[in-house]
Amino acid sequence: MRLPGRGRNAGAEEVRFRFDGRDYRGRAGEPLAAALLANGVRVMGRSFKYHRPRGVMTAGSEEPNALVTVGRGADREPNVRATVQEVFEGLEAYGQNAWPSVHFDLMAVNDLFAPFLGAGFYYKTFMWPRAFWEKLYEPGIRRAAGLGVLSGEHNPDPYEKAFAFCDLLVIGAGPAGLMAALAAGRAGAEVILADEGPEPGGRLLSEDERVEGQPAQAWVAVVLAELAEMPNVRVMTRTTVTGAYDQGTYGALERVSAHMARPAPGLPRECFWRIAAKRAVLAAGALERPVAFAGNDRPGVMLASAMRSYLHRWGVAPGRSVVVFGNNDDAQRTARDLAAAGVHVAAMVDARTDAPEVAGVRMFRGAVVTGTAGGRHGLEAVTIRCEDGRVERIAVESLAVSGGWNPAVHLTCHMNGRPVWREEIAAFVPADGAVPGLAPAGACAGEFSTRGCLEAGLRAAGAALADLGMQAPAMEAPEADAARYRLRPLWAVEGRGRAWLDFQNDVTVKDVKLAAQENYASVEHMKRYTTQGMAPDQGKNSNVAALAVLAEATGRGIPETGTTTFRPPYVPVSIAAMGAGAQGKGFAPERLTTSHAASRARGAPMIEAGLWYRPSYFPQGDEDWEAACRREARMVREAVGVADVSTLGKIDVQGADAARFLDFVYTNTFSTLKPGRVRYGLMLREDGHVMDDGTTARFGETHFVMTTTTAAAGEVMAHLEWVRQGLRPDWDVRPISVTEQWAQFAVAGPRSAELLDGLIDGGLDKDAWPFMSCGKVTVQGIGGRLFRISFSGEEGYEIALPARYGAALFDELLTRAEALGGGPYGMEALNALRVEKGFITHAEIHGRTTAFDIGMARMVSAKKDCIGKAAATREGLSGEDREQLVGLRPVEEGARMTAGAHVFAEGAAHVRENSEGYVTSVAPSVALGGWLGLGFLRNGRARHGEVVVLVDHLRGRRLRATVQDPVQYDPEGVRLRG
Amino acid sequence: MSPCAGLLPLRSGTVRLAEVDPGRITSLMPGPGQAAALDRALSETHGLGWPAPGQAILSQRGGVVWTGLDQAMLMGPAPDPALARHAALTDQSDAWAVADLSGGDGPEVLARLVPVDLRPQAFAEGATARTLLGHMTASITRTGPETLRIMVFRSMARTLVHDLHAAMDAVAARRGLDAGGPPR
Repeated sequence: MRLPGRGRNAGAEEVRFRFDGRDYRGRAGEPLAAALLANGVRVMGRSFKYHRPRGVMTAGSEEPNALVTVGRGADREPNVRATVQEVFEGLEAYGQNAWPSVHFDLMAVNDLFAPFLGAGFYYKTFMWPRAFWEKLYEPGIRRAAGLGVLSGEHNPDPYEKAFAFCDLLVIGAGPAGLMAALAAGRAGAEVILADEGPEPGGRLLSEDERVEGQPAQAWVAVVLAELAEMPNVRVMTRTTVTGAYDQGTYGALERVSAHMARPAPGLPRECFWRIAAKRAVLAAGALERPVAFAGNDRPGVMLASAMRSYLHRWGVAPGRSVVVFGNNDDAQRTARDLAAAGVHVAAMVDARTDAPEVAGVRMFRGAVVTGTAGGRHGLEAVTIRCEDGRVERIAVESLAVSGGWNPAVHLTCHMNGRPVWREEIAAFVPADGAVPGLAPAGACAGEFSTRGCLEAGLRAAGAALADLGMQAPAMEAPEADAARYRLRPLWAVEGRGRAWLDFQNDVTVKDVKLAAQENYASVEHMKRYTTQGMAPDQGKNSNVAALAVLAEATGRGIPETGTTTFRPPYVPVSIAAMGAGAQGKGFAPERLTTSHAASRARGAPMIEAGLWYRPSYFPQGDEDWEAACRREARMVREAVGVADVSTLGKIDVQGADAARFLDFVYTNTFSTLKPGRVRYGLMLREDGHVMDDGTTARFGETHFVMTTTTAAAGEVMAHLEWVRQGLRPDWDVRPISVTEQWAQFAVAGPRSAELLDGLIDGGLDKDAWPFMSCGKVTVQGIGGRLFRISFSGEEGYEIALPARYGAALFDELLTRAEALGGGPYGMEALNALRVEKGFITHAEIHGRTTAFDIGMARMVSAKKDCIGKAAATREGLSGEDREQLVGLRPVEEGARMTAGAHVFAEGAAHVRENSEGYVTSVAPSVALGGWLGLGFLRNGRARHGEVVVLVDHLRGRRLRATVQDPVQYDPEGVRLRG
Repeated sequence: MSPCAGLLPLRSGTVRLAEVDPGRITSLMPGPGQAAALDRALSETHGLGWPAPGQAILSQRGGVVWTGLDQAMLMGPAPDPALARHAALTDQSDAWAVADLSGGDGPEVLARLVPVDLRPQAFAEGATARTLLGHMTASITRTGPETLRIMVFRSMARTLVHDLHAAMDAVAARRGLDAGGPPR
């Protein structure tokens, strides 16, 4: 019901919106809940379990009942609180957890079964038969119980993540927060003032009171105007600080465009901020708490403070007549303000016998509301039990309830702080120093008067400024209401019928008592048994009352019972906001080689190797991958092939101790390597397992160039830095990555020298470039590096030029290769060639294999120490029980192999216990025909010639294979020495 | 070919992103106890010096940008051979994609990607940081009142432009300005 002429937004533009398929009019910018109330809509949601009709309970982000889905189609957003969503022209919202609508919900039949659906009912009912839980019971329960659902489609809305920095973060812009921001701003500190609402002011916007002799809202406007003039102050509205983290970092969710009818293109829906603050003031205020009594969830029952918000901010009353029920002086304010606005206040029911008078309102002192009556769509009457035991029934449309206030201590608990009970306000307040650098001030610290909040904000800012070494400005808190907060604790009213504690999860007083009775007496156990405090509101409205009921049921005090753990986020944060930027191309960087465009132009599909993209194969005609792979491999074996190997890690190692250093990180010796020569090296982790392998070339006495695998390039670089800084800080060694500096190409095959002879300035003198040699060359005058190494088993070279020439060099190499009957080859052919040769990759050195396992035990030099050497000698890391590298060849010629298959002895059952190894790499073989594989087999080196069975349970394949030496082609290495 | 060829320049809102040819890039790694001697040599040969961590020494012709423990990059000129007496020199001219982000909203754009405070009051001219830009490691240096120089690995140039473009457009949208680039 709209009260004409009332509300701060009385002049707002009128807009049209839809709720559950019906058209309404509201004031632009007001909460959806206010607009619905103005239109007389009382049922805004259905409860989680029993599908009970529910109306709006609060006016803030803690709202447990009025959850709606906003929008339709792919970008619809579920579980939006109608108290937070602002109304705009064309807004469409829908009720949730109901069919066909929240107004008339067939699933409300659940409520009839309520006697069977009490706490713990899942555990008791659906235990047997066990297998039915996952397939039958749980999906059924999930369908019937719940919240809104996602569209299931790709979310087209943009989201954003961002960082911000400040001297002082002020969380909440009520009286305490505004005062803190004003003081710190005047002192010149960099201030971020974050507030959940669309306009700062907090409770000052919701109350009829005066600050500094003027209406509180006018004072707010003056302060905001001053803050707006300060370049050092950033006011962030619609921004909820969601979490407190280490070292002054705070998470915050900003709702950027969800309130706009037509957001600018590219404007994010939400932004998730990480704010690094040197100091913070928590001015998060307090949350009013309901009282549990029978039927207290009926639409039309609302928190007393929320009613004042709807009245003063948006000119809305929840009904034509109101009863106010409370246990503290704040409830009287609601009666007073509503009466002044012309709403009929039928009664003021106060649990205290000494409650103050409200002019013109019938008083019930020492009385409680024991029940409500009405249709399913709202309140029609309340039952009052007077001090003398007399029961009175009053017909009324709405009921305001106040059980007192709970300070919003949540953020102070995010780093394991436990709140402290304060008896005189019957509430938990933050523990001192719970979050380093964060000072609670005002209502969140248990100070409930306006004047007290203003002073606390000023004090907190002063302390923060002193910490920051800044001078606090000379100023005083303005005059304001300083009345003491008085209440008589009241959690639950005895009576017949269900008294609701947790509206969001349908938990009643009886459920909590049942938990205690069944010995779920710890508050954490009670939470899990009843589900109290779970779901979007995380028990903001119910935690303290529930544990008070539990305390009474278990005969303990409230402080001994304690609270459950408050964890971030304070309000729900969409995964889209936390993962902003990670959709599509934002998921991971793409590392592209200089030959990328040319490879794509030749139709090469790309395969990801870490972040790199490498060509799989270069199809000709209608070749599939295997045909292309075989052709390319044959080309390398018979003519010449070119492959981009720039992705391998390249590390320049310089310094007087460079050779010693390499001796220390490699298992084998590099100090004996002569300049101009290359050596293969094996590197172990400290635990004795293989880290990586690769070649290292010596370009000078104190200059080496190490290569790593593509996969381990970063790991090896980090390892070298660790060894240099941590283990050998006294040595003169200076490693640096040059991976990106050089475009490097393998030129492999019997005609590789012929190709390079025409390319390199002065030609290639093969006698001067024996196998495993290296040196500097020039190509058209450009300085480069040439290595004679081979990963294919053929005569091979790798030539490197600075990356800017990479694309041109690739073109030139291909032109020359094609003239010699060769061409480019991709990862598939590269793999096929190396499998024939038994060369390992990270498929084999996957982190659990030792030098012994891969047949390289002799590469661990006996003459020197190296990283991992001692650990590699541990029992169990070598010997017959180890799975050792072997070659595998199908018994049936041409049978296709799969990597990942497990190896079984012939005749053994194909069960896990009998697995003797596994296949790591497979490839088509052009040299030997058919397919070949590499794998690990227990005591494999002693079993060459044995026939084993390869079983791929995942793909449902099995075949027999002969165990062989891993080097299945040209074991003497005649070809690569060319 | 330059690393960002075909990708830059871009403009969105008040911010412009353009590729920079940094000239020669040479990594300098002084030997044990050689930093002071290298500082003198850099001063004598290039009019520059050895920077403190988080600092860059910039001049009209180039600069020395700190990039890590005992490591900095000489940007611009070819290194004087005399430097080799005090430091290991490595040519890195082709290893980096280098771009300047210019305009007053530069720090606002990078606040979407970089977890370091890059506003002028916290990150003055000559300040440099090794940090993350999205998922990439980057070197970021303030080279002017409204210019931030960004370096990432050459192979990631396309991702750099993609990520920055998205952030530039998002900031422009917040400012109610036109995004200058093609629609995403």
